[in-house]
Amino acid sequence: MASLEIRNLVKRFGETEVLKDINFAIDDGEFLVLVGPSGCGKSTLLNIIAGLETETRGEVLIDEQSVNDVHPKDRDIAMVFQSYALYPNMTVRNNITFGMRVRKTPKEQVEQALSRVAELLQISPLLDRKPSQLSGGQRQRVAMGRALVRDPKIFLFDEPLSNLDAKLRVEMRTEIKKLHQRLGTTIVYVTHDQIEAITLATRIAVMKDGIVQQFDTPQVIYDQPANSFVASFMGSPAMNLIPARLLDSEGHLCAEITLEGGEVLSLKLHLPEEQLRAHAGSLVVLGLRPEAFGDQDHAIGDRQAIRQFTSRVDMTEPTGPDMLAMINIGGVEVTTRLHATADIRPDSVGAFSVDMSKAVFFDAENGNRI
Amino acid sequence: MTDVRFSLGGARATRMTLGRWLLFIILGLFVFYFLTPLYVMIITSLKTLDDIRLGGLMNPPSQITFEPWIKAWNGACVGIQCEGLRGYFWNSVKIAVPAVFISTLLGAINGYVLTKWRFCGANVIFALMLFGCFIPFQVVLMPMARMLGLLGLAGSISGLVLVHVVYGIGFTTLFFRNYYVTIPDELVKAATIDGAGFFTIFWRIILPLSIPIIVVTVIWQFTQIWNDFLFGVSFSAGGGQPITVALNNIVNSSTGVKEYNLDMASAIIAGLPTLLVYVFAGRYFIRGLTAGSVKG
Repeated sequence: MASLEIRNLVKRFGETEVLKDINFAIDDGEFLVLVGPSGCGKSTLLNIIAGLETETRGEVLIDEQSVNDVHPKDRDIAMVFQSYALYPNMTVRNNITFGMRVRKTPKEQVEQALSRVAELLQISPLLDRKPSQLSGGQRQRVAMGRALVRDPKIFLFDEPLSNLDAKLRVEMRTEIKKLHQRLGTTIVYVTHDQIEAITLATRIAVMKDGIVQQFDTPQVIYDQPANSFVASFMGSPAMNLIPARLLDSEGHLCAEITLEGGEVLSLKLHLPEEQLRAHAGSLVVLGLRPEAFGDQDHAIGDRQAIRQFTSRVDMTEPTGPDMLAMINIGGVEVTTRLHATADIRPDSVGAFSVDMSKAVFFDAENGNRI
Repeated sequence: MTDVRFSLGGARATRMTLGRWLLFIILGLFVFYFLTPLYVMIITSLKTLDDIRLGGLMNPPSQITFEPWIKAWNGACVGIQCEGLRGYFWNSVKIAVPAVFISTLLGAINGYVLTKWRFCGANVIFALMLFGCFIPFQVVLMPMARMLGLLGLAGSISGLVLVHVVYGIGFTTLFFRNYYVTIPDELVKAATIDGAGFFTIFWRIILPLSIPIIVVTVIWQFTQIWNDFLFGVSFSAGGGQPITVALNNIVNSSTGVKEYNLDMASAIIAGLPTLLVYVFAGRYFIRGLTAGSVKG
């Protein structure tokens, strides 16, 4: 159990800077998810926290102690790898206890820890098998067992679920979350899957090109993304980003969208307007989550914030609990999440509503949130 | 062989078509071509000298005798010494076993370092080692002789061991490096976090995974070293010579009648160990050569 802090961390491989001045801190017991597209530096950052790679500049602090010069084995961390990295020549029992045996832990203690972990992960019947005789899900459990057995200060997970099939992935995701709730150990978890990130994390660092784009709780990241990258990366289907112009009409700000054919759709804002006022008259990007939309009958949210409009429907995708309808607004394909029974047909004109209190605006030039 | 048949798949493969007959005929011809010399060697070694002189080359012996074998082992004249191949056989064992062991072990460590503990300039070192594989024996003879002289190992068995180790490292490193490239780096990372150091990881994780490539390397090195003639004839003297050199001396010491049966028996004795290694470990050899290219 420990806190973790990253200070001014820079990592270069030759000329390329893969991590550019990373800064963040998490408290004891937090579940931090590093998420981003491949090549964003998240795995490198994890390896640096583990001590498997050395930083070019900056500091890693565990429990407020700098661990820059501490060998990985003495950092009191445990890591679960994407490929599980189970030792193929050893049985499950020996895989799990290898670390303790290398450290010359007394035998009774090893046995005790082994049975505790085997029970926790329900792998007792597998202890005498070799990794090659296990299924993907079982290997995953053993890999976690190897991390859990030592009761470390921090757990590091490097895309641990990416090799599992979809169903098992959801199951294991739940188990990891349960495990975290039960043990309360600090966890740093790397993934490229934004759903994993939002479901598991108490705090998320969204990374791109070696820079932390936003570091916050899942809810804030979802509702108030720091820039258009975070907005489009987090959430599925992604947030709709629509080019618009902010206009002041009779003391109220409106977002005006030029539709195909020259018509203008004007949506009155329902937000605190102080910061936005400075951008009145300029081009912006309007961000709306699919669930901010509704059909006419099932408008959700604050009545004051609801705006109505009609649009041609390109396509519908029923998902079961609800229906996704694709419409075109201002030359952009917009995904709306509607009630499953919504009266919307493809290739016809439908009546939609949108909750403008959920809208976010980004600078059209640099993509930062206004 | 069964693997090949199954991979062709189904009933079609087992039906005897014209093409298959042709295949078997050609293979049969090759078998005949390769086994005939061995057949001649074996029957000749079991014939008496009279039998050889009077009978045909391919005829089986009219009376089987093991006399040439016994003489080859402990009575044949190598130069002026008439004590057979026995001593030289053990010389070869004393050269081959340590040289194979040391060069294989060094190759394994080199491969491990070059793949899992990469350092600045690792590629250059590996390229130089590869280059070492392609240097012809003749080129190194003079410098090697000088070096052995300086080390005080000239003409000794330990000198020959050193020569074979040095010459073999290039190959063994190549084998192990290419095998270890296929072992995921995450294993080493996991073990590092588990608290294992350089040698603990090597002995307890990497080496147990290396059996197929160890077999390949051992066969390769053993064959090379056992069959070596040039280094043996250049860097050894008198009673310290390996069996290949002694065999040459037996066959080439001409005193009166040419004893073909003795020559054949000696040649078979000299070639037997490598033959046995192939028979017992050949399966692993093929498996090891293809390991890594196919997963699982």
